[in-house]
Amino acid sequence: MSAQSLPQPTAATRRLPRINPVYVLVVALILAIIVMNPAFGEPTGYMNFLKRVTALAILSAGALYVIVSGGFDLSVGSIMTLTVIGSSMLASNDPNSTYWIIPLMLGIGAVIGLINGLVVSYLKVPSLIATLGMMITLNGVAFMWSGGAPRGYLPDTFRFFGRYNITDIPVISLLPIAVICLVVFGVILWWGMHRTNFGRMLHAVGDNQQAARLAGVPVERVRISAFVVSALTAVLAGVILGGRAGVSVDIGSGFELQAITAAVIGGAQLLGGRGSVPATIAGALALEAIFTLLNLLGLAQPVRLVVQGLILIGAVAFATYQRKRAGR
Amino acid sequence: MTDTPLSTPRRFRFERHASTILLVSAVALYIALIIIMGQTRFLTLENLVAILGRSITLGITAIGQTFAILVASIDLSVASLISASAVVTSVVMNGDPAMMLPAVLAVLALGAVVGLANGLVITKLEVNPLIATLGMSLIIQGVLSYYYNNFAGNVPVEFQVFAYGTVGIVPFSLMFMFVLAGCAWFVLRFSRFGSDVYSVGGNKDAARLAGIKTDRVVIGAHVICSLCAAIAGIYLASRLRSGAPWIGAEGVYDLESIAVVVIGGTVLAGGRGGIWGTIAGVIIFSLIDSIFNVAGVDAFVKQVLRGIIIVAAVAFYAARSKRPVA
Repeated sequence: MSAQSLPQPTAATRRLPRINPVYVLVVALILAIIVMNPAFGEPTGYMNFLKRVTALAILSAGALYVIVSGGFDLSVGSIMTLTVIGSSMLASNDPNSTYWIIPLMLGIGAVIGLINGLVVSYLKVPSLIATLGMMITLNGVAFMWSGGAPRGYLPDTFRFFGRYNITDIPVISLLPIAVICLVVFGVILWWGMHRTNFGRMLHAVGDNQQAARLAGVPVERVRISAFVVSALTAVLAGVILGGRAGVSVDIGSGFELQAITAAVIGGAQLLGGRGSVPATIAGALALEAIFTLLNLLGLAQPVRLVVQGLILIGAVAFATYQRKRAGR
Repeated sequence: MTDTPLSTPRRFRFERHASTILLVSAVALYIALIIIMGQTRFLTLENLVAILGRSITLGITAIGQTFAILVASIDLSVASLISASAVVTSVVMNGDPAMMLPAVLAVLALGAVVGLANGLVITKLEVNPLIATLGMSLIIQGVLSYYYNNFAGNVPVEFQVFAYGTVGIVPFSLMFMFVLAGCAWFVLRFSRFGSDVYSVGGNKDAARLAGIKTDRVVIGAHVICSLCAAIAGIYLASRLRSGAPWIGAEGVYDLESIAVVVIGGTVLAGGRGGIWGTIAGVIIFSLIDSIFNVAGVDAFVKQVLRGIIIVAAVAFYAARSKRPVA
């Protein structure tokens, strides 16, 4: 295209720096929580909050890879369940088992992601159906493995990641391992999405699959990798959630939709082409902050559902409105 | 494309017959299994009716879901709407036969309002249908479980006829499902709205340029979808004799109805498919269940196989498609 056919982005139309509204939302929500409950401003308050949000934040950032590539991954919740159930079945109270269980679980996760990706790319099954089938299958596998009720529990070495706090640190006084995990994996996922060729190809595939193919992007490989990343983060989220909350048979259910919600609040575009890892993590923070706020207000679980629904629709409607106004 | 000349008049249209092939193979498998197991007592008309009768809720829901998917939309709010409808039915009736008509009207009004809201959010606010209906589902479920947390009200005996009454061996509800499917087929095949549904699902921009009011078509499809879910809720209340706020979610009617529609050959991207494929999909689903029962498959293994079968059935014809999938 020639330069003259492109409208010049004039500085005058951008008086304010373009901040993703999700960051404003998170700050506002956290201020509201602190106003209502000053204890939240203490390290134990906000560190516990971050600890609670870690699993969802990592999961959403991984699920974002699939969303940006133009698909959905509904199997992540069941992968989390499988991780927790499988680990507790294998561990049989042996503290040393953790060192091979977590790599094994990551291996299983990689295989699951690979299958998802292969089914979507080569069998041309819409990802919604493919991962839905995977979700049903994995929930069944988890039940089969545990015989309907989980036996055994997770050794402390396994629960280390979700539960343990480093204490006696100046200024912040305590630092949960989960928060370190959040930062480390958040940075890795940010780097993969926004600083590598892979991330760029991911956006290209999600934006226009045919154009990406013509431009030489190995579309199938990129899509499969996205599913593998998503499944691996689901295993990590499962390890952290299992460490924090313990074993139960439906521990991961509902997380797949919360992950999509978090990505959408963070401004990710469903069906691909647009999304940011930091904004998605902020979306997860916002979602958890809203739940915390509702708890503080003394509103019960049903109200939580209603609010989550309204926010979900509101966030997408707002994003569409903004895009339309910007003429894109 | 392929090197087969496209003008050949008798070219076998695989896509058109895929759901029939699946249905025939499921039936063949079922019969073969029964003969191998030597349990020929299952090969009766009564048993066939019983197999079909088990999936009426899913069938009615899936008929509505077909409309939503044909316009390239989707409805995830059907499960919680089914729960809400069942609860409203049994609470309004509360054992009083005189309240039967008001209860049904109230539920249908509820369905219409939910469908209208879904349609308006999707078309006017341009929210992705998946998100819009997921949000709606959370809202309905939240409101419902705020007021009720257990079976509420009860359905008078006179109304249980809807679920339990029969003509000969055929239940009313089964006939109702097929009549509903017939009506839906008639609308899609012969009415202007029906052809608009296919046009909008096939290519929305082209449909708009051709003068079709695409928003109205999408809203209409969602109203039909929600009305069907509401009817499914009424049926479920009649069968369970009472409604509870979890019965829709427990049946996973949202995802199963989508799976059934897709197995029936309706394309998730919209514009291609039809009602009879969906009905074939429903029958395939209940046949699979019966096959498992006859073969004595463990409940958890059943679930695993079910997941694999959904994917395999969709892959069965999706693999030939040259269109990119989401």
